[in-house]
Amino acid sequence: MLEVRGLKVSYGGINAVKGIDLDVKSGELVALIGANGAGKTATLKALAGLIRPAAGRVHYNGDDITALPAFRLVQRGLALVPEGRGVFGRLTVEENLAMGAYSRADRAQIAADFDRVYTLFPRLAERRRQPAGTLSGGEQQILAIGRALMSRPKLLLLDEPSMGLAPLMMQRIFETIRTIAAEGVTLLLVEQNARLALEACHRGYVMESGLIALADSAPRLLTNPQVRQAYLGE
Amino acid sequence: MDIFVQQLINGLVLGAIYALVALGYTMVYGILGLINFAHGEVVMIGAMVALSVIQVLVASGIALPGPVIAALGLLAAMPVCMVLGFAIERVAYRPLRNAPRLAALITAIGVSILLQNVAMIIWGRQYHSFPALLPSTPHQLAGATINDLQIFIVLLAIAIMAGLLYLVHRTRLGRAMRATSENPEIAGLMGVDINTVISITFVIGSALAAVAGVMISAYYGIAHYFMGFMLGLKAFTAAVLGGIGNLAGAMLGGVLLGVIESLGAGYIGALTGGFLGSHYQDVFAFLVLILVLTLRPSGLLGERVAERS
Repeated sequence: MLEVRGLKVSYGGINAVKGIDLDVKSGELVALIGANGAGKTATLKALAGLIRPAAGRVHYNGDDITALPAFRLVQRGLALVPEGRGVFGRLTVEENLAMGAYSRADRAQIAADFDRVYTLFPRLAERRRQPAGTLSGGEQQILAIGRALMSRPKLLLLDEPSMGLAPLMMQRIFETIRTIAAEGVTLLLVEQNARLALEACHRGYVMESGLIALADSAPRLLTNPQVRQAYLGE
Repeated sequence: MDIFVQQLINGLVLGAIYALVALGYTMVYGILGLINFAHGEVVMIGAMVALSVIQVLVASGIALPGPVIAALGLLAAMPVCMVLGFAIERVAYRPLRNAPRLAALITAIGVSILLQNVAMIIWGRQYHSFPALLPSTPHQLAGATINDLQIFIVLLAIAIMAGLLYLVHRTRLGRAMRATSENPEIAGLMGVDINTVISITFVIGSALAAVAGVMISAYYGIAHYFMGFMLGLKAFTAAVLGGIGNLAGAMLGGVLLGVIESLGAGYIGALTGGFLGSHYQDVFAFLVLILVLTLRPSGLLGERVAERS
């Protein structure tokens, strides 16, 4: 579904990504883990069309999407939940969700998806008329994910969904991620919490200073001594 | 008392026009963080185009009623200003989108001077009298008079502002505009084409400017290539007074500024024992600007708190 070859990304004057290959197959749940500053966020931003890659090719469902801006990619079903949530604080919860469906025209389906998101996240339904800026951090993260679902993504890129959340909230976010995956959405997940990510995913990539250091199935990465020592705190 | 009421009425009419212009400043600022100092010149171009069309229609000898002629002038001015606003953004500001703010600000002033000079070449340096096309029947109101043109200006301004608020707060486009104004990158992730939203913002602001230009010329009965300069500064002041970036603030700031100015002009003679006359009217707008920037830089309705916690 997603094929990345030789991707290089410069970000804020730094060569954040120095030539990586990465694949995500339809229906997969893939984790991209690594330390702070390893280039994970820059990779996702490039894939979502927020930064133009310095070199390399990105193919999505067979099409070259390397130079496409973000708003065109959403229309093709590739959505990003950015780091730090990025909800529109002055818009209400409902308006935020409506923004997620911005590129869609199928009114009846959109209405059904509102119900689906509200069923999935009852807390959002309770607060639908509230400005998103008044929600707690965890609620904003849920809203960001719900908003991405409103675009009916085929491939969802998630950047640090657990960042800054209490452990209980983290667990809930990951349950949600599993639910979304079970509904047939393909996911590429960037996480600093390597254990949670690898336990949820099928496969994983480990990034180190702009390069892919390891690529393997998630269970094997979880038992890999190197990974255990560097990322699982053992 | 009747001076007070009279100046209040005059101020409301003037303020309604300021508010329309101030909305153009505040909308662009809300989305780009840019003070479009060329906006006053768009108002002037609107007035001049309308005037030219009206002069041609009057000279043609076709017997049209005054209000129809005025409406035709306005309908010609609006598309011209909309195209102009679109072009200004495209040519002057878009290439500087990621440049330091100072570069865009200087460019805005440059565009302003350019437009003044182009207008001077086309329409000359002289003051043009703007024909009185609407009936100016005076009505008595609480010891003061208000004429048809004044009533019409206020009602049209209210209708336009209501329409704009509806657009921004109740439609899909308006939601995209608010989202873009808050975070363009994330709005792009939602599928919003930022460039289109920015263009539309300029086009809407310029349409309001055209209306304001025709209103102010009809009200004072005069149009001039330099008229946009002072009007632009005052509308900018109104936008800052209300809280720049805030639509309701621009409306409130515009009306307040108009009223302050009119009351100030009405009483300045009496207060200074005749030493200063009503031609010092312009002083009040800038006094307000200095006071707001000193005492409450975020404006009356501006947000003081940080956007994100």
